[in-house]
Amino acid sequence: MSTTVIPDAEPPVPPDPGTPLLPDDAPPARSTKREGLIPLLLPPFILGLMAIGGWYFVSYVLLDKDRRFLLEPPHKVWSNGFADTVQLKEMFSGLWSSSKVALWGLSIAIVIGFALAIIMSQSKLIERAVFPYQVMLQATPILAITPLIGFWFGYGFSSRVFIATLISLFPIVVNTLFGLTSADQGMHDVLTLHNASRLTRLRKVMFPSALPAIFAGLRISAGLSVIGAIVGDFFFGQGEVGIGQLLKRYANRLEGEHLLAAVILSCLLGVFVFVSFGWLNNRAVGRWATVSRK
Amino acid sequence: MATTTTAPTLSFQNISMRFPDGTNAISDVSFDVSKGEFVTVVGPSGCGKSTLLKIASGLLSQTSGSVVVDRDKIGYVFQDATLFPWRTVKRNVELLLELHKMPKAERVTTAQRAIELVGLKGFEHHYPRSLSGGMKMRASLARTLTLKPPLLLFDEPFGAVDEITREYLNEETLKLFAQEQFAGLFITHSISEAVFLSTRVLVMSARPGRIVASYDVPFSYPRDPELRFDPAFAELAGHINQSLRGAHA
Repeated sequence: MSTTVIPDAEPPVPPDPGTPLLPDDAPPARSTKREGLIPLLLPPFILGLMAIGGWYFVSYVLLDKDRRFLLEPPHKVWSNGFADTVQLKEMFSGLWSSSKVALWGLSIAIVIGFALAIIMSQSKLIERAVFPYQVMLQATPILAITPLIGFWFGYGFSSRVFIATLISLFPIVVNTLFGLTSADQGMHDVLTLHNASRLTRLRKVMFPSALPAIFAGLRISAGLSVIGAIVGDFFFGQGEVGIGQLLKRYANRLEGEHLLAAVILSCLLGVFVFVSFGWLNNRAVGRWATVSRK
Repeated sequence: MATTTTAPTLSFQNISMRFPDGTNAISDVSFDVSKGEFVTVVGPSGCGKSTLLKIASGLLSQTSGSVVVDRDKIGYVFQDATLFPWRTVKRNVELLLELHKMPKAERVTTAQRAIELVGLKGFEHHYPRSLSGGMKMRASLARTLTLKPPLLLFDEPFGAVDEITREYLNEETLKLFAQEQFAGLFITHSISEAVFLSTRVLVMSARPGRIVASYDVPFSYPRDPELRFDPAFAELAGHINQSLRGAHA
């Protein structure tokens, strides 16, 4: 067996070998040291304040009045971008449309990605056959194939979804495959000894041990799918108006406050997706995984 | 303990093993393990001791010779605990029963009994990551015991725990040996562990592994932990040590 054994300190043995181990035989629970919220939040808060200060500095000191539209000061972005309910509604509906595209793209990528990874995990031959094309697909700049996608699938929803799928597929395949094949040999041996079928092996050993890697991949892909949706929106503007279209529109009309507000909203969407998948990961594997990604 | 007259639980007949890379791991090994016997193989590291267990269990196929054993319910305690980190102790112990399609209710009671047998009661719902090394080995042992294996193979199971825990686990193993009536084949490089546990100790030479000496251990069961400090114990350990050194040369 090639797995490494990490010898850990054994606490003293209870004197009478007949009694079950005392609870204090268990190693201390994983560090529950919790820092207070204030030391955790204060540094980013201060940095944020400094950034806003810098922003004001650029708006009011570096830019003259007639060039100020390039970077409107924060309070104007707030009052004209976020506080203006008509604008905000437009942006939120754009954001929602793009989120749908991202979600569709991600879902399709998950289905295809899992299927590919499972097939590749079952046969080295298939893995070897598929891998180079997968790398090629990943290496192709997404912008280079967007015209082709428009050409084939039109300039609406399906093309946007296609881009989101394409851009988020690779991390799912790679991470899932890595996870499926990284199961401990000892666990495989246990199943071999008891004549487990391939399906049992996949269900009981490979899939659960792949979960942390799968979630790492999902988190990357989820972020990418949002990018894909916005990029797709830029190029394929038919149908529902997504946040990408709005960004383009605001830039064309030199509406700096709106543009910045829309950028901030897209950024928040990305953060939301990232955090959600981190939360999902903790829910799914946090109880047992040794390295839980924070 | 006297060997029984019935067929041995495990029989190695002129086993040789040569790996595809040309390594001669084992050469012409023959011995039997019967019910009531606890046989330990000691030898220098890399002499093919573990390979022997893999051949017995069917994880590896020997190059020549034959093995007679019923592989249906073989018990195998690995070097690592090989617990599934996403399963609690209880669910880990139930694993083999699941693989053998035992109905749930029966599975739960069988697993619970095994957990109590190894002294892990109260830890059923712990995940492996919160267990100490010794407790992981106990859980692993419990998992194996659920099938009531007539033959238990131990592949240096207590090599990674500290000395005190190891001695304690040895005593537990003997208790289980008495209660569960399995035939034991144990691999270790600790001579005192070998003598303390076994009815018979076999000494294996460096690669290619051959059995160079066999010692019957005369002490009766149940064995007292103090036996380790008995002059007769030390003398036997000394003899084994000598032939082990001879085998190493």
